Order: sequence, then C-alpha cells, then structure tokens
Amino acid sequence: MKNEEYPIKKVMIICSKGTIEDVYAALVMCNGAVMEGIEAKIFFTFFGLDAITKKQMKKLKTSTVGNPAMRMPGGIPFPSILGIIPGVEAGVSAMMKNQMEKLDIPTVDEFMEMITAGGGEIYACKLAADMFKLKKEDFSEHVKDIITVGQLYEMSGGIGTQIVFV
Amino acid sequence: MTTTEINGVTINVNDEGYFLDASQWSKDIAVEMAKRESIELTDKHYQVLEFLRNRFLKGETLTMRSIGKSGIVDIKQFYELFPGGPLKMSSKIAGIPKPASCV
Repeated sequence: MKNEEYPIKKVMIICSKGTIEDVYAALVMCNGAVMEGIEAKIFFTFFGLDAITKKQMKKLKTSTVGNPAMRMPGGIPFPSILGIIPGVEAGVSAMMKNQMEKLDIPTVDEFMEMITAGGGEIYACKLAADMFKLKKEDFSEHVKDIITVGQLYEMSGGIGTQIVFV
Repeated sequence: MTTTEINGVTINVNDEGYFLDASQWSKDIAVEMAKRESIELTDKHYQVLEFLRNRFLKGETLTMRSIGKSGIVDIKQFYELFPGGPLKMSSKIAGIPKPASCV
C-alpha cells in the first residue's frame, strides 16, 4: 500500500500549542514517523514550549472552557460554565491522561525518549524561548538545541519532506 | 491472500508479506524472512522475536513502549536490531500480523 515511487523521506513537525491534545498529536505524529523509518524532527514554539520545559511537562492540561468538542462521559454536552469551576480543568485533564495510560501511550518525557532513541530530534524555538525567558537548562535533556526559523527551514530541505503544523 | 515459499514450505501471507497463520512459523523460517530484509539473526534478535510472539499469542497489543519495558532490549537497541521500521519488520520476521498500534 505504501507508495514506493514517492515515499515520505522526512517530516518536520511544529507544535505551537500547550494543551494535552495538541502536544500528544504532535508527539504521536513524530514518533509514528520515526517508527516507519522516516527522518523526523519536532520543533516546539510558543505554548508548545510547555511540553519541553522541565517544570511544565508533567502538568499539561486540556481546556474545559470554550471547548465545544468536549463532552461528558456518556455523550452529554459539557457546558463551559462548568469548566470554570476550580479543579474541573485539572480533573478532566487527569481523566484524559488516565485513559491514555491505559492505552499504553507514554508520558511526554517517555515519548520524547522513544523519539530520540529512534533517531528523531527535538528542538525549541529561539524566538519563543527568548519571549518566555527560557534557556537550554530549563528544557528537557531530550531537546537537542534552540534554533531559529531559518535553521528550521534549512533542516527541512530535501525531496519528500513534509512540514506539519500543530 | 497469497502464498510464499520458504525452505520448501508454503506459507500463507497477505499482500504485504505478513503471515496469515502464526503457527506456520519456525526459527528456520525466521532466518529466511530476516535474510529477505537483509538481517542476520543473532540471539538478541531471537529473544525479541520470542517476546513478540508470546505477546501476540496472548492477545496483547504490541506497542513500542512495551518493547522498551520488556527488559529484553531498550528502544535504541530495538532500532539497531531491526533498522528502518522496527516494529513492522520484527513482526514480519516473527510471523505475526502487522502491528495495529499508533504508538
């Protein structure tokens, strides 16, 4: 089924958000590529930096306010007004993480370990790092470097490269 | 469904070359399958193949994470043993179906 004539050779994934669903979507895409033998690099910017910041990576949440796709178990709609009650955001996020754990989806840290073990590379955006006043020491050990957008584009060169924006 | 012949034995495989019947597998067949993927099997390879087959026969889903936690290899070694797409490749050589996991 794989297109042998034009296979994907390289994937650059950019993650600009810091919610559980966005970070995990980007990580699954990145790890999925690595598992298929595709060269993969992931670049975290703006709120995505939370996923690679040591102090924040274990505390990722999902939004319970203004999230029209969120429903309660059983399919009943989840009104935003419930979402502002203190503790609800943390509770829903914990439930989500629990579900993922049952499906053997790794934690963010473990995921990045898997990605780098397979040859994938993880980067942070210099602009965002400067904005949030973060340095290399603040980031996970799995982060290879802090780079600029120019360097990102240089790395993206080659036939069969895809750039994915989350 | 198509068939392929290995060491004189006819094996039922699907279009991508994955075994349709895991019981048709044997270690000798594995050697041939591995050769087709340009791999020479070592003891370490066999340990991983056994692990994969055991998990499959128990009906458990195979994930990269479970391999890393198996205690037989870590993920880096797994990529070294089966370069390219390790989970897919090792499943093919182990005579079990293509892994259906996103992780």
